[in-house]
Amino acid sequence: MNAQSRTALATALELPRGVREPLELPAAASKPAPARRRLGIPAADPLGWLLGPALLVLVWTVGSMTGVIDARILPAPWVTVSTAIDLLREGRLQANLLISAWRAAQGLAFGVAAGVIVALIAGLSLSGGYVFDGLVQVKRSIPTLALIPLVILWFGIGETMKVTVIAISVFIPIYLNTHTALRGIETRYVELAETLGLSRWAFIRQVVLPGALPGFLLGLRFAVMAAWLALVVVEQLNATSGIGYMINLARTYAQSDVIVVGLVVYALLGLSSDLAVRTLEARTLTWRRTFAK
Amino acid sequence: MSPARAQPVVRVRNLTRRFTLKGVLNGVDLDIRKGEFVALLGRSGCGKSTLLRALAHLDHEATGEGEIVVPARLSVVFQDARLLPWKRVLDNVILGLDGVDAKARGRQALAEVELPGREASWPYELSGGEQQRVALARSLVREPELLLADEPFGALDALTRIRMHVLLKRLSAVHNPAVLLVTHDVDEAIELADRVVVMDQGRIAADIPVDLPAQGPERSVRFTQLRRQLLGRLGVEDSLAHPDPAIA
Repeated sequence: MNAQSRTALATALELPRGVREPLELPAAASKPAPARRRLGIPAADPLGWLLGPALLVLVWTVGSMTGVIDARILPAPWVTVSTAIDLLREGRLQANLLISAWRAAQGLAFGVAAGVIVALIAGLSLSGGYVFDGLVQVKRSIPTLALIPLVILWFGIGETMKVTVIAISVFIPIYLNTHTALRGIETRYVELAETLGLSRWAFIRQVVLPGALPGFLLGLRFAVMAAWLALVVVEQLNATSGIGYMINLARTYAQSDVIVVGLVVYALLGLSSDLAVRTLEARTLTWRRTFAK
Repeated sequence: MSPARAQPVVRVRNLTRRFTLKGVLNGVDLDIRKGEFVALLGRSGCGKSTLLRALAHLDHEATGEGEIVVPARLSVVFQDARLLPWKRVLDNVILGLDGVDAKARGRQALAEVELPGREASWPYELSGGEQQRVALARSLVREPELLLADEPFGALDALTRIRMHVLLKRLSAVHNPAVLLVTHDVDEAIELADRVVVMDQGRIAADIPVDLPAQGPERSVRFTQLRRQLLGRLGVEDSLAHPDPAIA
C-alpha cells in the first residue's frame, strides 16, 4: 500500500458510516488495468459428467427417429427399452445377471483374499518379498487372458475355470497396490514407532496396515474393473448362462437389441461397483482431508 | 534438586559416527544430569542431529564406536509433529501405551498442552502449532527421564514459537525430564536451556552454562552477552545477526 492510498483509507475510516470518499488513485494507475484472465478451470458440477452420456442418447434417439441409424445396425432406444422389459418379464435378464454377478463376486473374493495374503507376506518380510515379488512381476508380464487355454486344460470349461480366470485378473492389481503401499510406509513413521517402543505386531497393526489401506482400496477399484473385464471374456467362451452368453446367443440370431441391453447391463454393473468401492473408501478413509465434508 | 549435583542420566563418551552420505561425529563427550535442560546449538551439518539420533537409537545405518548410556524412558519430539493421520488425536497421544488408565492419562496430557476437548479430532483438523503440542503431549504422557527434541519449533511461525517456548519451559519444570533440545536458534537456546552446548564439525566446541538473572535489566544485558558469545562460537557477527541488541 503506498502512502497516498493509506491517507485515503485513513480519511475513509473517519467518515460517518456509509459515507465513503472516493479513493484518489495515483496518476500512473489512472488507466484501468485489464481484467486478469482466469486460467484454471472452475469447479466442476458433481452431475456434470452426465452431459456426455445424455448427448449420446439424444444423438441415438434422433438418428433412429430420422432413419439415419439403420435399425439392423443399432436398434432404436425405445426398442431397446421394450426388449429389456420383455427380458425382465420372461425372467431371462435377472437369471443371467444373477449368474454373472455370482461369478464375478466369487472371482473377486478369491482374488482379493489371495492378493492381500501374498502382499502381506511379501510386503512385511524381506524373505517373503524375495520369494513372491519376482514371481508376481513375471506373472504380470503375461496377460491373464493368455492363460485361458491352460486354465481350460486344467479345470475344464465349467464354473471353476471362469472363477479362476476372474480371480487371477483380480489378484494382480490387489497385490501390486497393496504391496507397494505396505513397502511405502514413510520412514518417519517407522522412526516414530521405534522411539515409542511399539512391538512389531503393534507396529504392523497400528501403523503399517492403516497406512496401506488407501493403496489397497485403489487396488480394489482396479480389481473390480478387472473382474468385469475377465467376466465378459470368459462368458463369451463356452458359456451356457450369464449376460455374456445372452449376448452371444443374440448375435447368433442377429438380435442387436438384446446385445445392446446386455452392454447397458455391463455398464451399469461396472459403474455401480465402482461407486460401491468409492463409498467404501469414503467410509474408511475419513481421516483423509480429501474425503472430509 | 539442583541439576549441578544430580546424577547424570545421559553419558556419552568418545562417540564417533560415520555415514556414507551425511553426518559425522568425531569423538563426542556429553553428560546431561537429571532434570537438566541442555540446548545443542550448531550450524547445519555440524552433527547435532546425528548426535540426537544416536541417543535415540535411530541411526541404524551408521557405523562408529563409543559409549552411550541413556535412560530407558526416552521420548523424541521431531521437527514435524509426526502424528499418524489415521488416528484421532487421543489415540496418537497414547499410541503404544497400554493399561486401563492410558486414555485418562492421554486426556490429562492433552489438557496440559492446552488442547482439552480435541481428543476426537483428526490430525489434519489441527494447525501446525496444535499438532506439535499433541506431539509434546505424546512425549510427556510417557513420563520420560530424557526428552530429545530435534528442532521442534523450526517449522512454526514466530508467534506460535514463543507460545511453545513458554509451554515447554513450564512442562519441563513440572515433569522434570532431562532435555536435549537441538536448535539453530541462539535466542531459543538461551531462553530455554540451563546449559548451551555448541557443536562444530562433529565435536563439542563449547559448553556454556546459562546464568540469566530471573528478571530486570541485568537479565537482558546478560542475555545479549550470552548471545554475542554463542554467535561468536558459531562464527556470526552479532551486529550483523541483530542490528538492535535491545531486542531480547
